Amino acid sequence: MDEILELLEQNAKMTPEDIAKVTDKKVDRIKKAIKKYEEAGVIVRYKTVINKDLLKSDSEEIRALIEVNVVPQKNKGFDYLAEKIYRFPEVVSCYLLSGTYDLLLTVCGKDIHTISNFVAEKLAPMEGVSGTVTHILLKKYKEDGDILEQVERDKRIAITY
Amino acid sequence: MIKINKKVENIAPSGIREFFDLVIGMEGVISLGVGEPDFTTPWNICEYSIFSLEKGYTSYTSNKGLLELRVEISEFLNNSYGLQYNPDKEILITSGVSQGLDLVIRALIEPGDKVLIPTPSYVSYQPLTELAGGIPVLLNTKSDKEFKFTSTQLEKICKREKNIKAFIFNYPSNPTGVSYNEEELKSIAKIVEKYNIVVISDEIYDRLSYKFKHVPFPFIKNMKDRTVYLNGFSKAYAMTGWRVGYACGPEKVISAMTKIHQYNMLCAPIMSQLAAVEALKHSKSSVEYMVKEYTKRKNFLVKRFNEMGLKCQEPYGSFYLYPDISGSYNNSVDFAKDLVKEQKVAVIPGIAFGGIEGDKFVRVSYASNLKKLKEATNRIQKFLSSIS
Repeated sequence: MDEILELLEQNAKMTPEDIAKVTDKKVDRIKKAIKKYEEAGVIVRYKTVINKDLLKSDSEEIRALIEVNVVPQKNKGFDYLAEKIYRFPEVVSCYLLSGTYDLLLTVCGKDIHTISNFVAEKLAPMEGVSGTVTHILLKKYKEDGDILEQVERDKRIAITY
Repeated sequence: MIKINKKVENIAPSGIREFFDLVIGMEGVISLGVGEPDFTTPWNICEYSIFSLEKGYTSYTSNKGLLELRVEISEFLNNSYGLQYNPDKEILITSGVSQGLDLVIRALIEPGDKVLIPTPSYVSYQPLTELAGGIPVLLNTKSDKEFKFTSTQLEKICKREKNIKAFIFNYPSNPTGVSYNEEELKSIAKIVEKYNIVVISDEIYDRLSYKFKHVPFPFIKNMKDRTVYLNGFSKAYAMTGWRVGYACGPEKVISAMTKIHQYNMLCAPIMSQLAAVEALKHSKSSVEYMVKEYTKRKNFLVKRFNEMGLKCQEPYGSFYLYPDISGSYNNSVDFAKDLVKEQKVAVIPGIAFGGIEGDKFVRVSYASNLKKLKEATNRIQKFLSSIS
């Protein structure tokens, strides 16, 4: 993967000037490359990873992982049903997997009722869906490579040869 | 009254102890003065060592170290560099390069023997030489020659001193970050051969070589028989606290070093040796990741320092920059003290590493993440504006 993308994937706040400082590339070239990636949809968007467990607010949310078994539609395969499912805004991720079930969803809602309503009213009755298993997420330890803990202090002695 | 050994007493106390105390006692300091990786040891290595403890691996090993580790090292050196060492006779597991260095110096140096040390250099070379009764002969490198010594300079000093017994060679270098390519090593080799000098090659930063592929000194023609090659796991695998390294060399030297090692250390800790086995077997991608990170940081810092007017050359290797501070200060300790007092950024005064220009430079470590380096350089910029 292009070094520019690697850097932005790690830290979306890096400016073209910042990127130029850590690479051999010129600012203009970096700007052009980013524009190209944005236009081509390689860069989908810039987001911030937030550890919501550390927020003391009441805007809490609940997440569930849902295993879905589906009956693939003739001439449409899995994609047709997958799209019908992932278009729901409650679904924050949707993967097609090998193994004992077909789709794995991450569903997000403000409380357990939102999730159960989604499953009972939208997902389970959908034509082509033959079964679901819902797992409520209890604690996040690590997400997309980020360990969601309080920042650890540097344990090194401040100055050594 | 207790009397301390004269040789120990005569070791000059570090001139910058006071500065160290100042930094350690201060809160909120961003330290660019650390000589070890900011990464923690890759988890597979830690996990392997924890498992070995659970399995009851808590004993001594043979003096030379676990055969399994020596075999891994032998294979690693062969695969990476084409270096061939017999794991039975030519490899000794040490408690880091620091101990390996002491062992080789004590195994070789008799009172009055001359030991050639290029400066600026890592801080232990001279004291260890003196403790063994040796006489350090300094080969001063200069900033206008990128802190590299030339073969002419080397030959001149060998000729002048006549009977230099050993040469402590460290590349990529702590503190300057310079390194030597194969051609340069070949011309150095010719001279050490001509003057019959043993080379103690400290190559602990070998994996952090940015401009060319690192070539170990014993790989150069005819050098294996006169070189003791020192390396370890501290820098490449972020394993400083494990204290494990190795020495490779002619059987005669390794066996002499083992004699001392069996009485002063017995063996390197078994859990660290097992961790080192795992490091060599399964940690290539972690090393590659860390090297990539160091490269970014190096690029960032070189640009920022030059922008700020603290001239520094692009390092060849290691994780240090050695910027010139003589535009604003004529004393590296004062610079470092004022910087830490004013802006809470710690760097190491160049004088700590000796050399004829030590006071014009400071050592800056980029073993800190980019966010910290950015903040640190902003603070240094503020400091420079305040004094200009």
